[in-house]
Amino acid sequence: MRKVLYSKNLSIGYHTKKGNTIIAENLNLDLHEGKLITLIGANGIGKSTLLRTITGIQKPIQGEVFLNEKNINSYHLEELAQNLSVVLTEKLPPSNLTVYELVALGRQPYTNWIGKMAPEDIEKVINAIELTNIQEIIQKKHFEISDGQLQKVLVARALAQDTNLIILDEPTTHLDLHHKVSLFKLLKKLSATMGKCILFSTHDIDLAIQLSDEMIVMTKNKIVQEDPCKLIEMGVFNTLFEDEDIVFDAEKGKFLFK
Amino acid sequence: MANKKRNTLLFFLLGFGLLALLLINISFGSVTIPFKEVIKSLTGGQASKSTWEYIIINYRLPKAITAILVGMGLSISGLLMQTLFRNPLAGPYVLGLSSGSSLGVAFVILGASIMPAFLSSFLLSSYGVVIASTLGSFTVLLLVLLVSQKLRDTMAILVVGLMFGSFTSAIVGILTYFSSAEQLQKFTFWSLGNLGNLSWLSIVILTIAVSIGLLMSLVCIKPLNALLLGENYARSLGLNFKKTRLIIIFATSILAGSITAFAGPIAFIGLAVPHMAKLLFQTSNHFILYWSTLLIGATIMLICDVVSQMPGLEVTLPINAITSIIGAPVVIWLLVRKQKIVS
Repeated sequence: MRKVLYSKNLSIGYHTKKGNTIIAENLNLDLHEGKLITLIGANGIGKSTLLRTITGIQKPIQGEVFLNEKNINSYHLEELAQNLSVVLTEKLPPSNLTVYELVALGRQPYTNWIGKMAPEDIEKVINAIELTNIQEIIQKKHFEISDGQLQKVLVARALAQDTNLIILDEPTTHLDLHHKVSLFKLLKKLSATMGKCILFSTHDIDLAIQLSDEMIVMTKNKIVQEDPCKLIEMGVFNTLFEDEDIVFDAEKGKFLFK
Repeated sequence: MANKKRNTLLFFLLGFGLLALLLINISFGSVTIPFKEVIKSLTGGQASKSTWEYIIINYRLPKAITAILVGMGLSISGLLMQTLFRNPLAGPYVLGLSSGSSLGVAFVILGASIMPAFLSSFLLSSYGVVIASTLGSFTVLLLVLLVSQKLRDTMAILVVGLMFGSFTSAIVGILTYFSSAEQLQKFTFWSLGNLGNLSWLSIVILTIAVSIGLLMSLVCIKPLNALLLGENYARSLGLNFKKTRLIIIFATSILAGSITAFAGPIAFIGLAVPHMAKLLFQTSNHFILYWSTLLIGATIMLICDVVSQMPGLEVTLPINAITSIIGAPVVIWLLVRKQKIVS
């Protein structure tokens, strides 16, 4: 399978006045086509920094990130938008945007200066709407739908952007179990049937273990990328939280609390 | 789609309304001129009285054109700022751009006597006033932008605009203290707002300035739509945010600056008109909002102008008072409704 994104000896962190603060060093991550990959780690461990670095928002301290065989920092903005789409945690500003218009904005990297949609663009938008199963709400305003629906709409927008890599920052937060599972399954379906590479950060570790093809686990000492069963064998999950009250039960595949 | 049909109809009605109001605007005034004679003079024919023709061609027509330019320019600059600052209450007047312009003009009109003679004659010409006014609004907008980068709360930006407004009016106050009665009168008249008294040359300058501003805004339509998702999403869609922001700032400064230079600071149009467009067309798509804001802006300004010189009234009321009387209630209503806009 083709590598969509990989990093080479990547060090992530941020610049401060006193010098560089390094969060993780020597990362060699490989993201393949058709895989659903989850990124997990405790709060404040640096998940956002990692995501910001591999989406090109933040420059790496050292090393390089390659997206479709090209250094991510050498992409032209519009070209990058044709290769990478994102779903962010931030709230949308107030506006009258309808669901359809919101999804259609995903075509911006392909339209002309005035944003005119060609028949092909409209086809891609409709396709994205059908894949995410949001046909019923496309005429509603984006503030009229539930959080669960909104996440699907944002995924549809990313799909309309027609990139082979989609990165989502904690898309399952604020959702109830039903909507969490349904979003997980949607992402799983998209990666399996459309051949997309989907990477997302989450705190729903139980779900991630059951549903993702690979996991990237961030702990204080190291970052590992493996498939979930291997990670359980390796006992990585016990080191996830530095808390003696939380123990990972390898047989049941979930966390127990003392 | 039903929406498309509705929009076409609305645009048709707005266009028709604008045309009708243009004629009404030109027909009304302190001198009563029969409607037939108005049409005659406008279409190049001879009116029965040459004074009528003179009034229409050299007084009422320029005033109507000015009203249209002012309405269009201020409304579009309001639309740009509301999207850029993600704030439904932003506008050239509220953010202090008009005060910035006032400050620039005050320096020119009230401070001209301190300057060397050749400089003061240039400064007092139309060009000098336009440049000073544009620079004034540009400076204030840059400052507002600078502060807004430090503030995540978009509502705080309004307070910042308000502060810049008081600051500049304080400086203007100090300047007036040191100026002559004649200068003071000139500045006071300017600050009340006036759509009339513009020579054809001034109108040409204003038309050029407003056209540049409107063209720059036209280029921003697609980026503005992306910005509806917020800055970060817009970036992920390939938007060069810094470049877009710069174009928006230039466009709004040129629009607000040149208009304020010629017509004085005119309140609330820039804030209220984009909301009227949003309510009427029920959309956030800037491609539709741009044209509807232009049409509504021009129409509202013509209405305000008609009201300011109500037939039967001996005097012409200052235009700024009229726009405030209409605009202030709209703002209060918006604030009350804000809960709905935000959620």
